[in-house]
Amino acid sequence: MPEETLLKVSNIDVFHGSFQALWDVSLSVKPAEIVAIIGANASGKSTLLNTISGLLHPAKGSIEFEGRNISALDPFQIVTTGISQIPEGRRVFPNMSVLDNLIIGSYNREARSKREQNLGMVYELFPILRERKNQLAKTLSGGEQQMLALGRGLMSDPKLLLLDEMSLGLAPIVINDLYKALREIREKGITILFVEQNVRRSLGEADRAYIMQMGRVVLSGDAAKLREEEEVKKAYFGV
Amino acid sequence: MEVLAGLPTPLVMGILLGGLYALLALGLSVVFGVMKLVNIAHGDLVILGSYIAFACMTYLGMDPIISLVIGIPALFGIGLFIQQFLMGRAFSLSAEAPLIIAFGIALVIQNTNQIIWTPLSRGLTTPYSLSSFHLGPYQFPVSYLLAFIAAVVVMLALREFLRRTYLGKAINAASEDRVAAQLMGINTKMIYGFAFAIAMISAGIAGVFLGMTFPFTPTSGMQFLIIAFGVVIIGGLGSMLGTFLGGLIFGLVQTLAGFFFGPAIQMLSIYVIVLVILAVRPKGLFGR
Repeated sequence: MPEETLLKVSNIDVFHGSFQALWDVSLSVKPAEIVAIIGANASGKSTLLNTISGLLHPAKGSIEFEGRNISALDPFQIVTTGISQIPEGRRVFPNMSVLDNLIIGSYNREARSKREQNLGMVYELFPILRERKNQLAKTLSGGEQQMLALGRGLMSDPKLLLLDEMSLGLAPIVINDLYKALREIREKGITILFVEQNVRRSLGEADRAYIMQMGRVVLSGDAAKLREEEEVKKAYFGV
Repeated sequence: MEVLAGLPTPLVMGILLGGLYALLALGLSVVFGVMKLVNIAHGDLVILGSYIAFACMTYLGMDPIISLVIGIPALFGIGLFIQQFLMGRAFSLSAEAPLIIAFGIALVIQNTNQIIWTPLSRGLTTPYSLSSFHLGPYQFPVSYLLAFIAAVVVMLALREFLRRTYLGKAINAASEDRVAAQLMGINTKMIYGFAFAIAMISAGIAGVFLGMTFPFTPTSGMQFLIIAFGVVIIGGLGSMLGTFLGGLIFGLVQTLAGFFFGPAIQMLSIYVIVLVILAVRPKGLFGR
């Protein structure tokens, strides 16, 4: 393998207007990994994902995906390279049917030819979406909407899935189902980078994790080891 | 009830006229729904469509309906141009900037038409548009029927396009959630351009059938813009069928109010209804 790193974020600074949200952030993700970004509210986690997906652009530093610099691309171009973001708050298209939401997920030309195949995979992963395919998305429960958002993201035939606060506001039993689905998605060879506030859960699911505070990466490493780290305990479990 | 013997005339006229009003409003509804833009240039773009047909008639001897083979591509192009070079940038500035640009476009079209065509009243008169058809003992103008048929065709075409094609679904998605649409790989700038250009096509078609029904001058746009607004408010946003039904209600209220209370009351009664709907159900009768 000449390319061991799938995604490489190098020393990026990102601004919201005049407010600097990320400071010198670096991160890398290898193929087929599950990597977590953990941090409190406003620590820059979502900003980081939004910058990778092209909604924001770094003022300094670079983002490389499969060795190609994507930091100046627009979101619709980045989707074509194989990165798919499941946005915070699900953001399904409420007045469109479940099936149309999924079809829109395969909008980019590369994904269109694999539409039926990916639709089959999504239905297998979340059979409830097949049952409800003709319902409007807004009639689904919160958990079902999150499944739809995940399925819609998978329809773009991604190599890397960016997940923003997937479990926010959902019941524990639903969250368990979603994480089970994530593990199945990873087994299909899709790499996952996810953002969470729930530290225990994230470190339990991820291979590696980055911990962010005030727009900087303050700690990173093997998830199992981080769980033992005193600093994490202090910062997040209040021990 | 002696008086009701005359009722079929305003009923049928109201429905046919309502079709024309719906045709006027469909483009406004698309732009409003997708771009959240109150396109105050819409009326003048419709009149621009009337003048393009008038030019084709005068200089090329074309039938106004046939002249749409020139008018539709011309307006599609103008729509892409406006979105690409005028609106697109304004959207990133502020919410008010596109509104002011639309106002500017309206004034430019009005004044250009004044210079080229003079303020004289014009019409797209053809032998068939002046004739009438019979429904039992009643007679109705053919131009109204043609406008109604055109409205049904445009409404169904837009509806199917938005529902069935990838591009149409992408337009819907971008209108529901712009950021999520971008994350799905949709180039929302391009989608806005297409939506605006499609609205322009429907404005052009409306211009032709309007010109066959009513005389127009370079300043007629505002008058028809206000009607189109009323239709969109009654029908509700985001639904082509809603806009169409809104047009029918608008036409029927006008003719029936005229029939029962006299012509002075007809426009007043419509706008009272518009105000009531705004107060009671701001998203319109059929809005989502």
